[in-house]
Amino acid sequence: MAETHSLQDMRQQTAITAKVFIQRDYSSGTMCQFQTKFPSELENRIDKQQFEETVRALNNMYAEAEKLGSQSYIEGCLACLTAYTVFLCMETHYEKVLKKIAKYIQEQNDKIYAPRGLLLTDPIERGLRVVEITIFEDRSLTR
Amino acid sequence: MKNCEYQQIDPQALPTPTPTPPPHHGKDTEKKKEPRRPRRKWEVFPGKNRFYCDGRIIVARQSGVLPLTLGLILVTSGLFFIFDCPFLVKHLTSCIPVIGGVLFVFVLITLLQTSFTDPGILPRATPDEAADIEKQIDNTGNTSYRPPPRTKEVLINQQVVKLKYCFTCKMFRPPRTSHCSLCDNCVERFDHHCPWVGNCVGKRNYRFFYTFIVSLSFLTAFIFGCVTTHLALRAQGGKGLVFALQESPGSAVELVICFFSVWSILGLSGFHTYLVASNLTTNEDIKGSWSGKSGEDVTNPYSQKNIFINCCSVLCAPMPPSLIDRRGFLPTDESAQTGSADIELPTLAAKSEINVCTQGTKGLLESAALSPLLSTSCPQGKPQNAHSCPETSPALNSDPTSEFSKGCRGNHMSSSHGDTSHPRHTKARSKKCKREALHIPNPAFDVPVSPTSPDAAPDSKARSHKGGSLTPLH
Repeated sequence: MAETHSLQDMRQQTAITAKVFIQRDYSSGTMCQFQTKFPSELENRIDKQQFEETVRALNNMYAEAEKLGSQSYIEGCLACLTAYTVFLCMETHYEKVLKKIAKYIQEQNDKIYAPRGLLLTDPIERGLRVVEITIFEDRSLTR
Repeated sequence: MKNCEYQQIDPQALPTPTPTPPPHHGKDTEKKKEPRRPRRKWEVFPGKNRFYCDGRIIVARQSGVLPLTLGLILVTSGLFFIFDCPFLVKHLTSCIPVIGGVLFVFVLITLLQTSFTDPGILPRATPDEAADIEKQIDNTGNTSYRPPPRTKEVLINQQVVKLKYCFTCKMFRPPRTSHCSLCDNCVERFDHHCPWVGNCVGKRNYRFFYTFIVSLSFLTAFIFGCVTTHLALRAQGGKGLVFALQESPGSAVELVICFFSVWSILGLSGFHTYLVASNLTTNEDIKGSWSGKSGEDVTNPYSQKNIFINCCSVLCAPMPPSLIDRRGFLPTDESAQTGSADIELPTLAAKSEINVCTQGTKGLLESAALSPLLSTSCPQGKPQNAHSCPETSPALNSDPTSEFSKGCRGNHMSSSHGDTSHPRHTKARSKKCKREALHIPNPAFDVPVSPTSPDAAPDSKARSHKGGSLTPLH
């Protein structure tokens, strides 16, 4: 009976084959950037170009979040003058960009990665340390 | 019965679409059935911190001398407003209490923000990540549990920087990150652990800390000046200092406190102004990381070589988000996950093969969805029969025996379900858990479906994969 269960479960579950971690790229300092090196485990799953494009887009968005521009200076000075109480009411620039990133990842997953049996995990869920890509097994082979 | 899982699921409560009674979609059901409220991530935070207001406020475990700091500030300011202000308003100007008030509010707010804000704690690596890193480093096939200290070198702005591996957090620390032993966390851009504010000072709260000490030095100097003026005015006309002190005893207290603290606080402000201008942290300055004293040609790779830009990047940069998500809810299958930080992956690898009958089968199928992470939450050292691995919320149903009679079959799957949305799950965890909780080393039930994955690495992903493809033998 466990048999039946297991088969049914297999259908409902997605079995994870492996996880690939894209580490941070510290060559330009402590800014949040990820390595664009194409991991070998994804070779037969996704196009290298596609992958690099995704990571580059993420890097650009993180750079935008941490950018030191006039807007961030004004925000910083205003915050300082109000003893940083504005942070309690206002959404910071970084948070706004994080939302954008979350949306982008969702979109990428839906359009590109999920059809190939992959899943990108938002780096913020991993403390901005890694981009975790979960590789799901190709179920057509297991049944 | 022995092979029954003690996944605490109540089969009756499971609204599975399958006709067979034994439930295997336990995850959602468990969530629905159990009255326990969903737990927030701060409740299982592994570091030595305390949380208040349902995770909104974070402080170090030892509050240090924060009460003393607060007390001194409140007492001194209180005495100032009570004893000195009335006199000075009458004899000088009414701006004095206003300025004093503004400074006092500033000091208090920034102090509380420094103390209660997450300094930039890095969440610990998930077991998958840790396993991945171990695999990358441990190419020699070294099976020792604690490999020698590892470093990784990166080039930052043409400067070689060594990244150290943190054994507690199971990851290579990003540059400028340090592990605070008092808080037991890795903190980004770690400056120092300040006992006066009872918290670490790091990337996220450095600006609050800096504003605090600067405004405190202004406040202290201001109060000191006002008290001196006040006493001088009172002592005018040949009345003498003693007379003045007798008339306003509070001022004496203020004088003493301010006199002794103004020097150290001014000194500290000056020091930190220098650090901000050169984009250094106290930690780096003390260690002399970039001073080149070892004779090497080292420069600070993070400095923008411009004082103004350095100041702006430290104080006015966009506020980074908190990475630990204190108030997020735990996914039900990970409620116990973050509780235990130390994952003995090699241990896991060593033990994960032993399975009991269907347990093994279930475990295999289960492991397909479960990551090795949850093994840590397994009460490894404390075999708890009735309280086996809380794969979903802990202590769902602390009596497994009832489960055994009902759904000994498919209930192992409960924990593994719902994985589509939570790809990180423990694998052998459940296996190990079961083994320990049941205390069953029963060879009779030894499952022939042993994971024959070629990947003998600690994480049993491939194993589970293989296991999934094998039809369970009953």
